[in-house]
Amino acid sequence: MTRGRLISWLLLLFGVLYFFVPLLGTLEFSLRYLRGRYSLTAYQIVLNDPRFLATIGYSTTLALATIAVGVVLVVPTAYWIQLRLPRLRPVVEFITLLPLVIPAIVFVFGYLRLYNSSSFLPLTGSERATDLLLTCSYVTLALPYMYRAVDTGLRAIDVRTLTEAAQSLGAAWSTILLRVILPNVRVAVLSGAFLTFAIVIGEFTMASLLNRPAFGPYLQNIGANRAYEPAALAIISFAITWASIGLIQVLGRGAPGQTVAR
Amino acid sequence: MAEATRLPIAPSPAAPSWLGQLSWAWVGVVPFFVFALMFLIVPTALLMVGGFQDAQGHLTLRNLADLFQPTILSSYVISIKVSAASAIGGALIGFALAYAAIAGGLPAFVRPALMTFSGVASNFAGVPLAFAFLATLGRAGLATALLNRWGIDIYRGGFNLLSFWGLTLTYMYFQIPLMVLILAPAIDGLKREWREASANLGASGWEYWRYIVLPILWPPLLGATLLLFANAFGAVATAYALTGSSLNIVTIVLYAQIRGDVLHNQNLGYALALGMILITGLSNGAYIWLRGRSERWLR
Repeated sequence: MTRGRLISWLLLLFGVLYFFVPLLGTLEFSLRYLRGRYSLTAYQIVLNDPRFLATIGYSTTLALATIAVGVVLVVPTAYWIQLRLPRLRPVVEFITLLPLVIPAIVFVFGYLRLYNSSSFLPLTGSERATDLLLTCSYVTLALPYMYRAVDTGLRAIDVRTLTEAAQSLGAAWSTILLRVILPNVRVAVLSGAFLTFAIVIGEFTMASLLNRPAFGPYLQNIGANRAYEPAALAIISFAITWASIGLIQVLGRGAPGQTVAR
Repeated sequence: MAEATRLPIAPSPAAPSWLGQLSWAWVGVVPFFVFALMFLIVPTALLMVGGFQDAQGHLTLRNLADLFQPTILSSYVISIKVSAASAIGGALIGFALAYAAIAGGLPAFVRPALMTFSGVASNFAGVPLAFAFLATLGRAGLATALLNRWGIDIYRGGFNLLSFWGLTLTYMYFQIPLMVLILAPAIDGLKREWREASANLGASGWEYWRYIVLPILWPPLLGATLLLFANAFGAVATAYALTGSSLNIVTIVLYAQIRGDVLHNQNLGYALALGMILITGLSNGAYIWLRGRSERWLR
């Protein structure tokens, strides 16, 4: 084996160790609840905790709301930019880059200042309103990924021809968007949706500062008070993230614009 | 010759003529811009302006000066150190891994496997990551116990997960995959012909690296390192779950300030946020500029 290839294999080995040892360590730690033998007790405790179900349910609901708002916001915008307003593209792309540049904690700080109980739009005034604010915060976080996914999906289809064809058959704009464009970017939207789901489920900062019972703050709370349950929760959380991202890979194979192997 | 009939895209319903052709297209993007104003631009702008105001609303540079008081300055310094350490470490290891997998002569299955895993691992940040490292390298962790059994007591040797280096190591778990993902296209751009041509002309491996690879790759390398730096600088959840308030980084100070005004000065909090935006903005700006430069060679 050449020296170069040996180095490559050693690096790969190091990489594999670095990534899998923490996962193995967490898994092993989570099985240690009963002294002396491995058991799934920590998982049982976690799954039977009513707060676990409540917070996961809350985060899942918020994730679905975020995806809905995100799709409604992004798909028409990306469509119009592609079709009629190409000069606005740099502006929109800059806006979608902002959440990647400015940390999430700064955004929440801004929201708390702008929308607190004494402002013109008291979004922190009630629980439902704060949920709405948290949803919009999550949409902000997911915006770069959602926009990029939908934009890529729109570039892969011939938007202009589809629109002209639909119009020549007498379709109104709502019909064009809902029944012609959206089904064709279905895969891109779904991949953006799953990434959004993974982001929202694991998010801690915004939910904690807005004081909402989401999964992130629950995780942190368990970690501060318990020993073995956090490890079990970390494994569960990692499984959810992996499943979401894995689904994106699976879906990605059915996207229009890719050559289909026959 | 047949007359070419081209169906124009008709704005429908027809706009009033005084509004002009583009009026209905603009309406389509209004919700996005309203959202962007409400949740992206105005909150950030308010914070930035607030950093320059005092409690009565008058413009002042006092808050910026106050940022240099010992506790806050030291928090910025620690943040910069942790971010720089995890960015440079992540960049070097990530580059080495990516190069090994893409251009290092390994079997073909390695690259897609590495990409997939990097995609997942770069998202595995925050609270669960802190738990994972506590379970592995904490005092009762698996790796600690294993190393103990082989005679190496890392805690006796001075290592502590709940410290600067522990946090840096934990951050590198998502920095390395991020580096791999960003750098893969750049390494792809290194054409094999260049390696063969340089070998043809008698260059050694080291000369190939020094005269060909590094001059081409240093813009994307530096840019990606800056991106990693900004990424680590803005992170709070991992640090909060791992070291809590014991490691005084800027995001933890800001978190405490938002929670309970520990600085006893609202506008100083805004200045803190302003400082953060400045640092992450500059890093990302430099990354984008360097990315533009690197695209010359790596088409």
